Amino acid sequence: MSKTAIKIENLGKRYLLAHQAPHLLREALAYRGGRLVHRLTHPFERRAAPFTNVPSNSNKEEFWALRNLSFSVQEGERVGIIGRNGAGKSTLLKVLSRITEPTEGRVSLRGRVASLLEVGTGFHPELTGRENIYLNAAILGMTRAEIRRNFDAIVDFAGVEKFLDTPVKRYSSGMYVRLAFAIAAHLDSEILIVDEVLAVGDMEFQKKCMGKMDEVSHKEGRTILFVSHNMGAVSQLCSRAVCLERGHVVLDTNDVSEGVRQYMSASQDEAAMTEWRNPGNMFENQWFTPLRFGVYDEDGKPVSGAVDRRSRVWVEIEGVTATPNPALGVGYALYSNGALLYQSYQTDQAGGPDELQPLNQRVCLRTQIPVSLLNLGEQKIELLVQLHGRQWLVPPGRTTPSVFLRVDGMLNASPYCLTKRPGPVVLDVPWSLRPMSGE
Amino acid sequence: MTEKTVDGDFDLIIEPHRTTADFIRELIHYRELFFFLAWRDIIVRYKQTAIGIVWSLIRPLLSMVIFTLVFGRVAKLPSEGVPYPILVYSAMLPWQYFSSALGTSAASLLNGGALVSKIYFPRLILPAASILLNAVDFLISFGLLCVLMLCYRFIPSPMIILLPLFFLPATLAALGLGCWFSALSVKYRDFQFVVPFMLQFGLFISPVGFSSSIIPERLRLLYSLNPMVGVIDGFRWCIQGTTVLYLPAVFLSIVISLLVFLSGIWFFRRIERSFADFI
Repeated sequence: MSKTAIKIENLGKRYLLAHQAPHLLREALAYRGGRLVHRLTHPFERRAAPFTNVPSNSNKEEFWALRNLSFSVQEGERVGIIGRNGAGKSTLLKVLSRITEPTEGRVSLRGRVASLLEVGTGFHPELTGRENIYLNAAILGMTRAEIRRNFDAIVDFAGVEKFLDTPVKRYSSGMYVRLAFAIAAHLDSEILIVDEVLAVGDMEFQKKCMGKMDEVSHKEGRTILFVSHNMGAVSQLCSRAVCLERGHVVLDTNDVSEGVRQYMSASQDEAAMTEWRNPGNMFENQWFTPLRFGVYDEDGKPVSGAVDRRSRVWVEIEGVTATPNPALGVGYALYSNGALLYQSYQTDQAGGPDELQPLNQRVCLRTQIPVSLLNLGEQKIELLVQLHGRQWLVPPGRTTPSVFLRVDGMLNASPYCLTKRPGPVVLDVPWSLRPMSGE
Repeated sequence: MTEKTVDGDFDLIIEPHRTTADFIRELIHYRELFFFLAWRDIIVRYKQTAIGIVWSLIRPLLSMVIFTLVFGRVAKLPSEGVPYPILVYSAMLPWQYFSSALGTSAASLLNGGALVSKIYFPRLILPAASILLNAVDFLISFGLLCVLMLCYRFIPSPMIILLPLFFLPATLAALGLGCWFSALSVKYRDFQFVVPFMLQFGLFISPVGFSSSIIPERLRLLYSLNPMVGVIDGFRWCIQGTTVLYLPAVFLSIVISLLVFLSGIWFFRRIERSFADFI
């Protein structure tokens, strides 16, 4: 019964890569002039003489940012557009907001479109908050009457009452972003297009934005197209996920969490290694020669794709010992987003009740990674083997076997924890609340 | 923004090479943006300067002093019975307006690049709004002319009420050329250097520092192909009332600025849809 708000048919957008460089008239002139000079100095050469160092139409490389893209969006739907960098998400939004013209295909839209491709476009740092509200709202297509009607709501949402007459260059970045979002959120448009605005701003702001977008889509029945790399936000806000790859739709599902999961595992394909195998006789020694090292899931399969913080992941190290040595330490170091988070060895338990036997023959060591502690992002896990206090058997450095694990998705169920949090770790320790009787 | 189309149900169809059917209506819809952008330019221009708005008085005043010295005192060109400062200033006024209007509107697209690549609006608003700022400057300078006339106890000709008649072609020419050069400079950045050069050149071939009566009669028509000749002559005629208006120049000026204006809009509209890809 709901009507189609956006209908995209066979949409294509082509860029000529030669056009990406700033165009110089000189180039165009130099080409013509150069050819003339060449003709004059080589009068007997045939016309089609090869000519170097000039731009010509033939070496313009074309690149289709979008190709044969079709899908429709019903009124009131909240569609999350996901996909890797360069998949065409931003180009799609630019075409939908009429900033750039498609090369082929057609888009039909019902209702007014408001697009927020960047927070605070058109803000002028010298102008005050009040002046910028009027200016920015006008840029976004609001009439003065509409601005006046929504002015208080915008100020209230942004929480900048006290700073209305301060130039926005003195605003904190948080205030700046809140004000910019507030203006866009109060546009009376039927379709709202939002690109990565949540990437900026603090947790409080993100929650407010999500709340506002939820409100406009639920209560006011507005259609939302939302592009984000933040899978937590997508699964929380959207009712449908459309995944783009190289300008095509590769996945379109109403089961958002399933879509997000598929995207995350697909996006891992060409990325990081999750298992290392000794290609021959690397690191060969009598104490411990590593054969296999990797991160594995509950079923013992190498982890594929990103994991969220609720997953359970193990490190396994397989190797051969010829001469057992009690000082042999086998373990790994975990670098979270580039910084060393911790090191762990099988000898960590030595001296306690759980002390392991000295390694002998072919063994497999297995230990769990405290994934729930890890912050979002890339985790690099590096193999460590040494005779404690004596020498490295697998020296840390460029050749060290390492595998990667990407943590993505929601950190906690809490709406305040949608993105990477400050600090190296994210705790999973409960809080309690005890009512106190007043004195 | 809404647009009724044959597709009935839908308000907006986006297709290659499709121009907005209701170009004029869309401009009217965005008229407030036009004023807001102009208002922003005016506020921002003087916000951080110590003497603020005085700057718009100093520039024409100093140029007038220099022209008076160079042409009136050193070169001793005829002044047609009018105080030389007023002769120069009444030409300075339209020229200054034309040249800064053209300069700012030609640079408007590149300066507003962030807007163009992030938000949709009729692009024509950018060069057009930047002209409004210069119109305000013009009014301020005109006030200065009135003060100057008081100082010299000079009574202007009653024809001064016809001044808007000559103001209009100057605006059309500036906007038309502004459209041409702003659109071209998006694709060929070289054009940002062409405009200042052209304006410098134009200052000397337009009758600003001298009266156009010193041009030999047989070259007069050719000379009047520069649309600013008719405008400047017209301003002098309105203010001084002593000169005889060379009508062919006025006629040419109106026709040529209209042509420049219409062709500018046509060219701008033709390539405006690709701006975002080049900025």
